[in-house]
Amino acid sequence: MNNVRNKKRANKSLPFFFKDEFIVSFIIVFISIILLISTFSFDIVPPILNRGIQPATFPKALLILIISLTLIIYYLSIKSPWKIGKKLPKTFFLTLLSFLIFVIISKTLDFFLAISVLSIFVSYNWGERRIFYLLLVSIIFPILVFIFFETILGLRFPPGIITNLYYY
Amino acid sequence: MLTPLFSSKLLIVLLFGTLFGLILGVLPGLGPTTGGALILPFTMTLDPLSAIVLLTSIYCAGTYGGAITAVLINTPGTPAAAATCLDGYPLAQKGEAGRALGMATVSSTVGGIFSVIILVFFAPLLAKLAYEFGQPEYFALAIFGLTMLSSIGEGSPIKNLIAGAFGILISTIGKDFMTSIDRFTYGINELSVGIGFIPVVVGLFAISEMLTQSTLLDQVFKRVALKAVKLPTKDDYKKTWKTILRSSGIGSFIGVLPAEGGTVASLIGYSEAKRFSKNPEEFGKGSIEGIAGAEAANNAATGGAMVPTLALGIPGSATTAVILTGLIIHGVRPGPDLFREQPDFLYGIFGAMLIANVLFFIFGFFGAKIFARITLVPNKILWPMIFAVSVCGTYSLSQSIIDVWIMLFFGVLGFFMRRFGFSVVPVIIGLILGELVEGTLRQSLVIFDGNWLMFLTRPIALTFFILSLIALAFPLLRSKKQKK
Repeated sequence: MNNVRNKKRANKSLPFFFKDEFIVSFIIVFISIILLISTFSFDIVPPILNRGIQPATFPKALLILIISLTLIIYYLSIKSPWKIGKKLPKTFFLTLLSFLIFVIISKTLDFFLAISVLSIFVSYNWGERRIFYLLLVSIIFPILVFIFFETILGLRFPPGIITNLYYY
Repeated sequence: MLTPLFSSKLLIVLLFGTLFGLILGVLPGLGPTTGGALILPFTMTLDPLSAIVLLTSIYCAGTYGGAITAVLINTPGTPAAAATCLDGYPLAQKGEAGRALGMATVSSTVGGIFSVIILVFFAPLLAKLAYEFGQPEYFALAIFGLTMLSSIGEGSPIKNLIAGAFGILISTIGKDFMTSIDRFTYGINELSVGIGFIPVVVGLFAISEMLTQSTLLDQVFKRVALKAVKLPTKDDYKKTWKTILRSSGIGSFIGVLPAEGGTVASLIGYSEAKRFSKNPEEFGKGSIEGIAGAEAANNAATGGAMVPTLALGIPGSATTAVILTGLIIHGVRPGPDLFREQPDFLYGIFGAMLIANVLFFIFGFFGAKIFARITLVPNKILWPMIFAVSVCGTYSLSQSIIDVWIMLFFGVLGFFMRRFGFSVVPVIIGLILGELVEGTLRQSLVIFDGNWLMFLTRPIALTFFILSLIALAFPLLRSKKQKK
C-alpha cells in the first residue's frame, strides 16, 4: 500500500512525459497510428464484390476508437493518476530474459532443450537450489510432457538436436 | 437429462474434470479460465460431448475451489472468490475454518444447482427467441455484449472498452473472411490464417500470471489449520437460507448478462447479503452470511453464463469464452439450431453440470484438507511445469512454433496490461466476438443497402442498442455515486 502511495507521489513530481500514464497512452496511440496508416495499403475490393463496407473500414474504425478512448483515459489520468504497483524486481526481468532465451534456443537448437533451459533458469532464479527439484522441472517433467504429447496426442515436435535423437 | 451421461467414459471425464477443476481453483493465479485454456488442446482426442463435459466440470469445480484458499490463506484461488476472503478468513482465524468451508461448500452447491435449473429452463427459451434474430439483431446483440465489458470488475470502464476493441482488432488479422484480402499480415504467411484463440488466451492468462508470480516471490501466506469441514448447523441454515437463495438468483441473473461472470456476481451477492442482513456489523469480521452470499452467487453465475453461450454463442464470462472455443473447435455451432438439432448433446452438458456440482460438494466436504495442501507446492517448481504444458499445448493445436511465440508475446503484453489497470478478459471476449460483430455489420449493411439508420427500424436491434447505452452509462453513474 505504502509502495503504491510512494510511487503515486513520485509519479506526480515527474515531468508529464516521464509519467506512466503518458508513456502507456503514447505507446497505444503511436502503435494505433502506425496500424491505421497500414490499413490504407489494404487492397480495395471492386464494388461488385464489396459486402457492405471495404475490408479496411472496420479495422480503421476500431483503431480510431482505440485512439479516442486512449486520449480520454490520458485526460482523465491528469486529474486522478493511475494506481501502479511497486517497482519490478530482478526476478521479473530474469523471467523475461528466460523467454528470450527460450525463443533463441527453440529457433536455433531444439524445442525441448529450450523448455528445459527455461525451466531450470526460472526455477533457480526463483530460489530453488535443491538438485532433485531442479532436475525434476528441467528434465523429468519435460520428458513426461514429451512422451504424453507424442504418444497420446500423436504430436510431432519440430526437429532439433535432442528431438532428432528420438525420431531418428 | 442424465441419460447421455450413463457411460463409463463420460463419468470418468466428469470425475477427472471436477478433481482437476478443484486443484486449479485452489491454486492462486490459475483457475478455471486458464485451466480450461490449458486443457483445450487435450480435448481434441475426445468426442465433442466428452470435451465440453470436461470443460464445464472444470468450470463448476474451479469456481468453488477458489473458496478453499480464500478461507484458509486469505488469498482467493480465483477472482470470483475475492469476496469470500472478507469473511471466510476472519472466521477461520477464530478457529472456525471447518464451519466457514462447510458453509462455502453448501452455498456453492445450492447456487450451482439453482443455476443449472435456470439454464435448463431459460436457455431453450432464449434460443427460441433467437429464431427471430437476423443479422442486424445479432450485430446489436454483439455490441451489447461488448458494451457490458465496460462494467467488468472494478477497473476503469474505458480501459475495459479499449481492451475489448483491441480483442476485436486481433480478430481482423489475417485474410478477410468475406473477400479473402490480407489484413495486418505484412507478408507473413502464418498470419494469413489469423491469430488463434489458444495462443492468446494461454498467453494472457497463464504466461502473464507466471510473470506476475515472478514479482510476488517474497509473499508469505499465513495458513490457518483445518481439522475437518463441518456441515452448517441448524442455526446457520436459519441465518443463511434466504441469503443463499437471494444470491443464487443474483448470480444466475448476472451470469446470463453477456461478459459478466462470477467475480461481479459474488461482489453483488455479498453486498446484497450485507444490505439485507440483521447483523450487517458482523460483515468483514467473520459473518457466515457473508460467506454464503458470495459463494452462492459466484457458483450460480456458472449456469447463468452458459445460457447466452449455448443459446446465442455470446460468452457469459471469460471461462465460457474458453468453453465456446471448445464448442467451435469441435465443430459444434452454438445457437438456436443446436437446441433443435442436438438436444441430447445439450442435455448431456446440463446433466454434467448438475453432477459436477454434487461431485465438488463430496470432494470439497471430504477432501478440502488435502486440496488445501496443494497450495504448499512452491511456485518455483509449479510455474516452470505450467510453462512446459502451456508451450506444448499451444504448439499442439496447429503444430506451429509461431503460435508459441504469439503466446509469449501476449503473455508479456497481458502482464503490462494488468499492471497498468487494463483487464485481459475483454481482449478474449472481443477476440471471440470480433468475427460476429464485423460479419453481421457487413451483412446488415448489404441488407440495408448501406443505410445505417435502418438499424433503428428493427425493434429488437433498437432494444439492444438502448441496453448498450445503459451498459455504458451504468459504470459512469456508479463511479459518480461512489465519489459522492
